[in-house]
Amino acid sequence: MAAKKLNLKDKYRLLTRDLDWEFSYQDRKKAFPFEEFEGIKITDWSKWEDPFRLTMDAYWKYQAEKEKKLYAIYDAFAQNNGHLNISDPRYVNALKVFLTGVSPLEYQAFQGFAHTGRQFSGVGARVACQMQSLDELRHIQTQIHAMSHYNKFFDGLQEWAHMHDRVWYLSVPKSFFSDARTAGPFEFMVAIGFSFEYVLTNLLFVPFMSGAAYNGDMATVTFGFSAQSDEARHMTLGLEVIKFLLEQHEDNLPIVQKWIDKWFWRGTRLLVIVAMMMDYMLPNKVMSWKEAWELYFEEGGGALFKDLARYGITMPKYAELTKTEKEHVSHQTWWTFYTHGHATGFHTWIPTDEEMDWLSEKYPDTFDKYYRPRWELAKEMEARGERFYTKALPQLCNTCQVPMLFTEVDDPTQICYRESIYNGDRYHFCSDGCKDIFDEEPEKYVQSWLPVHQIFQGNCGGPELEDILRDYYHMNVGTDNLDIKGSPDEVRWKKWKGVA
Amino acid sequence: MSKVFIALQDNDESRYIIEAIEQDNPDVTVTHMPAMIRIDADNRLVVKRETVAEKMGRDWDVQELHVNLITIGGNVDEDDDQITLTWNS
Repeated sequence: MAAKKLNLKDKYRLLTRDLDWEFSYQDRKKAFPFEEFEGIKITDWSKWEDPFRLTMDAYWKYQAEKEKKLYAIYDAFAQNNGHLNISDPRYVNALKVFLTGVSPLEYQAFQGFAHTGRQFSGVGARVACQMQSLDELRHIQTQIHAMSHYNKFFDGLQEWAHMHDRVWYLSVPKSFFSDARTAGPFEFMVAIGFSFEYVLTNLLFVPFMSGAAYNGDMATVTFGFSAQSDEARHMTLGLEVIKFLLEQHEDNLPIVQKWIDKWFWRGTRLLVIVAMMMDYMLPNKVMSWKEAWELYFEEGGGALFKDLARYGITMPKYAELTKTEKEHVSHQTWWTFYTHGHATGFHTWIPTDEEMDWLSEKYPDTFDKYYRPRWELAKEMEARGERFYTKALPQLCNTCQVPMLFTEVDDPTQICYRESIYNGDRYHFCSDGCKDIFDEEPEKYVQSWLPVHQIFQGNCGGPELEDILRDYYHMNVGTDNLDIKGSPDEVRWKKWKGVA
Repeated sequence: MSKVFIALQDNDESRYIIEAIEQDNPDVTVTHMPAMIRIDADNRLVVKRETVAEKMGRDWDVQELHVNLITIGGNVDEDDDQITLTWNS
């Protein structure tokens, strides 16, 4: 008689309980040196449970299936010149932001989860982190493969890894993950597993990837959704971590709440790049940033925090403020990139009249009042042959590293400035949220590698901006940067499409 | 009352999964978006192996759901027969 097949619960128990071992001749605390210094108290690791109960055999089986599907589509996309089917060449600039800004974060996540998994003495958490680490490596690899096709036909995709480490606006995503990875293992899990994956990545991968589909980009929507199928598991891990920590010991609650507050705010700042991509960079639009925020944070996140209330967890600090900010951030961010478009590794543009009407409809309380007049002015200047590029370098927030572009909540015409003095030096912030984060751990954030400061200190070559862009950032100046109008990307597109 | 949700890639396999979800969860809201389908329910949603297998006309393992899954909202519990999403509020 054949042996009875194990059910899911038994398989998971065997993997995550019986594969662990006791330390008989080594000190367990020395084997897991980072487990206690954050103040988190774990009384019983065996209470850890992956709700999907995924075991390695099933993991490899289904991941292999996902990869086969994905690569079949990449082949078809490349063989059929899929890049010619996108809605508009402007769309590719969203991919340039994605490859230089987001894809390297997948690699950082791979490193972060590999390290964190090693630091947990509980085997359930260790296995889940290992799987996530492998997922993240898959994500960066599939994204590089998807983009390699575009790199044959469009500018600005050639030096993404080099740029990620150096370019001024890319320090925003890079420093976000560096901050998480240099924290302790539990903070990393709350930062990336919970706050980023559960609360915020839906906003990046779901409406934006649906937008990629709507703009004819079969390759991106496919890697996006394939990655997202792993994210569902990551989100569940993130939520499980929070519940586990809160059930283990009541002393964990204030620590966890502080991390949620911090990483929610860090995340909202990081996601302004996505806000801009959705409202301004997708020629065919699926939903506005504001609508996405309402659906995935206010509704989805609201349900999540209501559920966590039984542990004493409250909505993240400053979540209320985002109800006002969601009306503004995409416009303020794109305007900043438009006016610094000579120093970006992608093209920028003025929204078309139809796009401005769409923005008016989606943002009835703010677009016509505060932002349309700016674009009308930009149009006039462009018509006079004076397309506006600022001469100045932006002041950066010392915490999130985003240029100081956000306005006071009660006055959208006043830029928000905050500051702290630490050891006799003055540090600048874009918001109360970023100032709080600095004040909590100043020794960490005084070390921020702020690109604009580095330029002024002479650490990025020069002396002229163009020298920095070309020699230090590896941008092809005059090709990768500047307005889409007249760019080599646009010239090639018109040639392919046979239009003048 | 909170909304749990699940989003699946818009493809042939998902269509059967969604039919099964609609049969087992009578009050769901199904929203079609480019390349994806989102299903919302009040507090609880269940995907049952048996119903999906019946719709597909073949055996179906609950873990196969991962292949077409995009995202979820809610506390997960999965075993050999079903996956449930719940909010306790």
